[in-house]
Amino acid sequence: MINPYVPYPVRIDDIQIATEDKSLKTFKFVFLNKSDEEKFAYKAGQFAELSIPGKGEIPIGIASSPVEKGFVMFTVFKAGVVTSHLHNMKVGDIMGIRGPLGNWYPWDILEGKNIFIIGGGFAFTTLRSSIVYMLDPANRKKFGTIDVVYGARTPGMLLYKDELIAWGKRDDIRMHLTIDREAPDWKYHVGMGPNIAEKVGPKGDDNTYAIACGPPIMIKFTLPVLEKLGFSHDHIILSLENRMKCGIGMCGRCNIGKELVCKDGPVFTLAEINQTPREY
Amino acid sequence: MKVIKIDKKKWAEGLNKLRAAYQLIGPVKKDTYHDFQVLDKDQLPDFDFLNTRMSPKSIAFPQSEVMLQYSLDEAKEDHHIMKEVQKDASPRAVFGIRPCDAKALMLVKLNFDTSDYKDPYWIQAYEASTLIGMACDNPSSTCFCTSTGCGPYNEEGLDVLMVDIGDHYLAKIISKKGEELLEKAGWKTSADDPSLIEKKKSQSEAKITSAVETKNLKDKTILDLYEAPFWEDISFSCLNCGTCTYVCPTCWCFDIQDEAHGKKGVRMRNWDSCMFPLFTLHTTGHNPRETKVHRVRQRFMHKLKYFMDKYDKGIMCVGCGRCIRLCPVNIDIRTVCDKMNNFKASC
Ligand SMILES: Cc1cc2nc3c(=O)[nH]c(=O)nc-3n(C[C@H](O)[C@H](O)[C@H](O)COP(=O)(O)OP(=O)(O)OC[C@H]3O[C@@H](n4cnc5c(N)ncnc54)[C@H](O)[C@@H]3O)c2cc1C
Ligand code: SF4
Ligand code: FES
Repeated sequence: MINPYVPYPVRIDDIQIATEDKSLKTFKFVFLNKSDEEKFAYKAGQFAELSIPGKGEIPIGIASSPVEKGFVMFTVFKAGVVTSHLHNMKVGDIMGIRGPLGNWYPWDILEGKNIFIIGGGFAFTTLRSSIVYMLDPANRKKFGTIDVVYGARTPGMLLYKDELIAWGKRDDIRMHLTIDREAPDWKYHVGMGPNIAEKVGPKGDDNTYAIACGPPIMIKFTLPVLEKLGFSHDHIILSLENRMKCGIGMCGRCNIGKELVCKDGPVFTLAEINQTPREY
Repeated sequence: MKVIKIDKKKWAEGLNKLRAAYQLIGPVKKDTYHDFQVLDKDQLPDFDFLNTRMSPKSIAFPQSEVMLQYSLDEAKEDHHIMKEVQKDASPRAVFGIRPCDAKALMLVKLNFDTSDYKDPYWIQAYEASTLIGMACDNPSSTCFCTSTGCGPYNEEGLDVLMVDIGDHYLAKIISKKGEELLEKAGWKTSADDPSLIEKKKSQSEAKITSAVETKNLKDKTILDLYEAPFWEDISFSCLNCGTCTYVCPTCWCFDIQDEAHGKKGVRMRNWDSCMFPLFTLHTTGHNPRETKVHRVRQRFMHKLKYFMDKYDKGIMCVGCGRCIRLCPVNIDIRTVCDKMNNFKASC
């Protein structure tokens, strides 16, 4: 019997400060046992439990992409006990990773479709994973147009800035970066993400899916915009967060109605969410 | 199925024979109530109870248990690597378990033994256990098992069902595991009149007059029931003490916590309760089940609707009545179930 509670041992291989206010750091991990990397085979949109012995476990979206090999990457906001401890850890330290957990963006359905991604703040992690996956030379032709609206308070609060700028120079993805207020040397949009999405977003139709990840307030203002653009509720994909422990559907705390966010989610269509109590 | 007659004079002798092969667990009188515990050498289970105060769910799901262990000592080669704790998986025999509590274990199994993930701690302990049930002849006024798909002589989940006939017990063999146990105890005499069990069963079932109505629950939508107007009323007096969830044989929610002392640490699991605000509190301070109305509704919706919709195995309640007897403010699941079952959403 495989014990689903035992994490794979990993070593911290790299730590980068991810935002100018230092509230987010990006961690790269390598597996101590090479064969664990294969067991950890994941899809973009899944999460894992980062497991720190003596401190606890936290569910974190996988920011690296299935097409990137040799490491797994997570970007973590310093929030409470475990995340603060993680922020103080050093390269070379040993800890654990349990997963991959949950479902993923519905890649089988998304193939052949136009993709509209709307991200806000630091909820861009699994969206990065998805973009890197779609832009991979082996995959790009499987998708139609790709539009990305990504907003943050200031330029320094955008995650993965170098990559964003590099993607902006490509002709097979349309990047629409935005910040809340004017800033020196800023060449892109200014304004709230949902407003920019309304201006630049593709029209919603059978062949176009929207994936939105961000703080609750952003989601709240984005949904009416997507409706206006013509996206039906089963073409709007969201990723939910709830307090979690087991991550495998057993401890019972993360449910919305009969769905467990950790196992049946975290990815749901708006049509599915509309059928459940809004307990997230 | 075979029925064995156990002369009460041979009872202690048989149990003593079993002690070599099994750890014995049974109900024991403590102060004013009974609870299950590991029986000491020579100690006999005491069957003089209606039901135990706590359910025997802890035989597979202890209130607190260590899952993983690790060393924080950097001088050790395997420091910070978490390892499964090896558990005692040796056979145990649980005596005097009520049919409702045995059925509850079957419902809990649906959570811990799934096609995607298996909880090794629960499954190992469950599989190591042989369950020898004791049929109920004196159901209490809060028992409503006959309307929950169970009953005072229900056999689901049991390996042996025992019936008290005065100077002897009748033991109905339900599984291979049960048959082996009876053999090892040396109880071999076939019963002269096994039909006594059926007779006593009908008598006992007739004594249970309390019931819940569940047949309409399936057809109602989750959102209609969730938004029903009665939740405020139902939860008004609830203290969120969690008693109902702790005594419930079908409640399985747990928390996971690390505990480290010096250079050694363990990862534990502990019973948790949907009645506690911390259960769902996000680190941001946002709580999706902020008020006790949310939490009380979650408990009843989980038991009487979400579970039914998810597994199609009826409600997640066996009618043992513990939550009714022990709730300090008399919140009664039977009333709530009826309200839900009779609810008509106004469109
Ligand atoms: C699917 C999913 C994906 C996520 N992705 C990301 C991501 O990519 N990046 C990111 O930054 N965040 C992400 N989050 C949010 C992240 O999980 C939380 O910010 C994180 O769990 C906070 O942990 P903490 O220990 O710092 O906070 P705390 O509030 O200190 O506690 C969290 C844990 O500590 C323990 N704990 C603390 N206090 C108590 C107490 N009083 N009693 C009992 N236990 C306690 C518990 O184990 C608790 O679960 C995601 C969440 C989900 C559900
Ligand atoms: S036992 Fe009664 S008061 Fe306590 S949490 Fe349960 S319903 Fe509320
Ligand atoms: S986190 Fe345990 S059930 Fe979802």
